[in-house]
Amino acid sequence: MSTLVFLEHHGGAIQKGSLGVLARALAVGGDVAGVVVGHGVAEVAASAGAFGVATVYTVDGPDFEAPLPQPRVDALEAVAAASGAENILFAASVLSADIAAGLAARLDAGLNWDVTDIAIDGGKLTARRPALGDTVLVTVGWTSTPRIALVRSGSFEPVETGGTAAVHDVAVTPREFSTAARMVDQAHEEASGPSIEDADVIVAGGRGLGTPEGFRLAEELAAALGGAVAATRAVVDAGWYPYSTQVGQTGKSVSPKLYIALGISGAIQHKVGMQSSGTIVAINKDANAPIFDFADFGVVGDLNAVAPKLADLVRARKG
Amino acid sequence: MKIAVCVKQVPDTGPARKLDPVTNRLDRSGEGALNATDVNAVEEALRIKEAHGGEVVVVSFGPTRALDSLRKALAMGADRAVLISDEAAAGSDLVATSYALAKGLERESADLVLFGQQASDSDGAVLWAAVAERLRRPLVSQVAGLEIDGASVTGKRQTEFGYDVISAPLPAVVAVSDAINEPRYPSLKGIMGAKSKPTETLSLADIGAEADRVGASGSRTTVLELAPPPAKGDQIKIEDDGSAAEQLVEWLAGRKLL
Ligand SMILES: Cc1cc2nc3c(=O)[nH]c(=O)nc-3n(C[C@H](O)[C@H](O)[C@H](O)COP(=O)(O)OP(=O)(O)OC[C@H]3O[C@@H](n4cnc5c(N)ncnc54)[C@H](O)[C@@H]3O)c2cc1C
Ligand SMILES: Nc1ncnc2c1ncn2[C@@H]1O[C@H](COP(=O)(O)O)[C@@H](O)[C@H]1O
Repeated sequence: MSTLVFLEHHGGAIQKGSLGVLARALAVGGDVAGVVVGHGVAEVAASAGAFGVATVYTVDGPDFEAPLPQPRVDALEAVAAASGAENILFAASVLSADIAAGLAARLDAGLNWDVTDIAIDGGKLTARRPALGDTVLVTVGWTSTPRIALVRSGSFEPVETGGTAAVHDVAVTPREFSTAARMVDQAHEEASGPSIEDADVIVAGGRGLGTPEGFRLAEELAAALGGAVAATRAVVDAGWYPYSTQVGQTGKSVSPKLYIALGISGAIQHKVGMQSSGTIVAINKDANAPIFDFADFGVVGDLNAVAPKLADLVRARKG
Repeated sequence: MKIAVCVKQVPDTGPARKLDPVTNRLDRSGEGALNATDVNAVEEALRIKEAHGGEVVVVSFGPTRALDSLRKALAMGADRAVLISDEAAAGSDLVATSYALAKGLERESADLVLFGQQASDSDGAVLWAAVAERLRRPLVSQVAGLEIDGASVTGKRQTEFGYDVISAPLPAVVAVSDAINEPRYPSLKGIMGAKSKPTETLSLADIGAEADRVGASGSRTTVLELAPPPAKGDQIKIEDDGSAAEQLVEWLAGRKLL
């Protein structure tokens, strides 16, 4: 069985998530190769050798410089053909999700997403994925090759083994429509303010805070507890709170001792960034909100009533 | 400008599938559940039409009862609805769904195809990329801010590093974040008017789709087994009767978390 792992890289470094998937693919067995797409990426590709992979394919050129998905579909189509890969694995990311789905359509190949584990069953790849808001665990398979999977963030840790990789370049000319979208301004890592990643206590706010001003409630409670304030993507995208405070799949992963969620529904993409917190408290007025499925202490109620009272009581207790 | 918006009807049970937990306004009309994040896509299309003129057509692939959800989009202000529906389509996965939807969209040749952020039943957030590939059009996904001129779209898209700004010539495919706008509620007039707006239900043959590329035979993934997720330890859930803050503080103190 042959497997390709897409190695996503930014700023010259392969993403931790991709290296985690690589480690799992190597553990599961068969021929495993990596793929690195970009401009001037030979060195990045070679660096994967330290994580145990012996072969890395590159597709290299100016058309592949910006981290856009469509040229990478062309690149992976070519590498899949050159390598005869039966499985193509991606660590979930904004970029990789679009590549994986585009590639599935290009090759008429099955895509399973939100995969949290892979295995070989009777010589074939199978995968586990939680579904319907993590209320059911599904074992999924593919009915043809190649089999494409998007692995949920944080499922596997990289394993540094030492070693070197042989790099093979594959020449690819992208299709015209693939290069029609262009990067006008690429995101830069934000200058780091106070980091939520080191906080012991986090008070996180979601759309339930109602308005940007509603974040004062979260700030007040965080101040009382000596903690930091975090946010969901919904409120970050809406401009209520800075991106640097976002927790979740496309934000930060945090594991404070205490995580208090105010007006947060508990979408999977938020959950993956905070589920390893020691204790999770949720205040939400919707008794059916998915966050209650994984909160240790849930309050069904209006945060506008509960949060200020909570801050008062904490302050009183702390004297 | 002709804008096609892809929308899905999702099961209306469960928290993530409600349109608006505060007012339940659209749910009360008893018209079924339009996927919540697709409402943002419809709203964005209506705003583009208001600014640039044109037509908004909502397109869905699903069972005939999905028409109820399409009517919600019509009530919001969409001009027309197209439902691709066929007995043979049940059980379509990403590959099959993207094929059927792309076939239906080809008939429309819209300048802009909009998608919502994700379907609440699939949690995929992937379909747009497969459809853009099949339509051979540029894609900008997960867009939290969108600008349009006559010839191109520019979107602000969140990645793991902050916001990219990506531009694409029309015709293009754009998927929007659920925070891109605050969707309007249909007015009574809108709800009444929706009943007389054109809706089309098309079979696979109508859209020129090969039947064996859709449904179970066109799908490339399969479900092998279902199991309950691992149980989580003790959980407490209380209804606030005015004393929730006190109970919570006691509990936190008991666990030495204060
Ligand atoms: C590829 C991808 C990546 C993503 N990455 C992330 C990520 O990194 N982080 C992230 O957070 N999300 C992410 N998302 C988005 C995610 O799916 C959800 O849309 C988002 O987390 C929802 O944010 P929210 O809980 O603030 O808003 P909502 O889902 O709108 O929830 C608001 C909640 O507030 C409650 N509420 C309202 N008023 C009150 C009140 N007065 N008192 C108490 N409760 C109230 C409501 O009942 C509701 O449950 C991603 C999505 C995709 C597709
Ligand atoms: N059956 C469908 N018909 C039309 N549009 C759909 C369908 N399924 C999904 N979509 C659109 O694709 C988006 C992403 O869906 P998904 O990738 O399944 O999470 C949704 O928000 C809708 O805009």
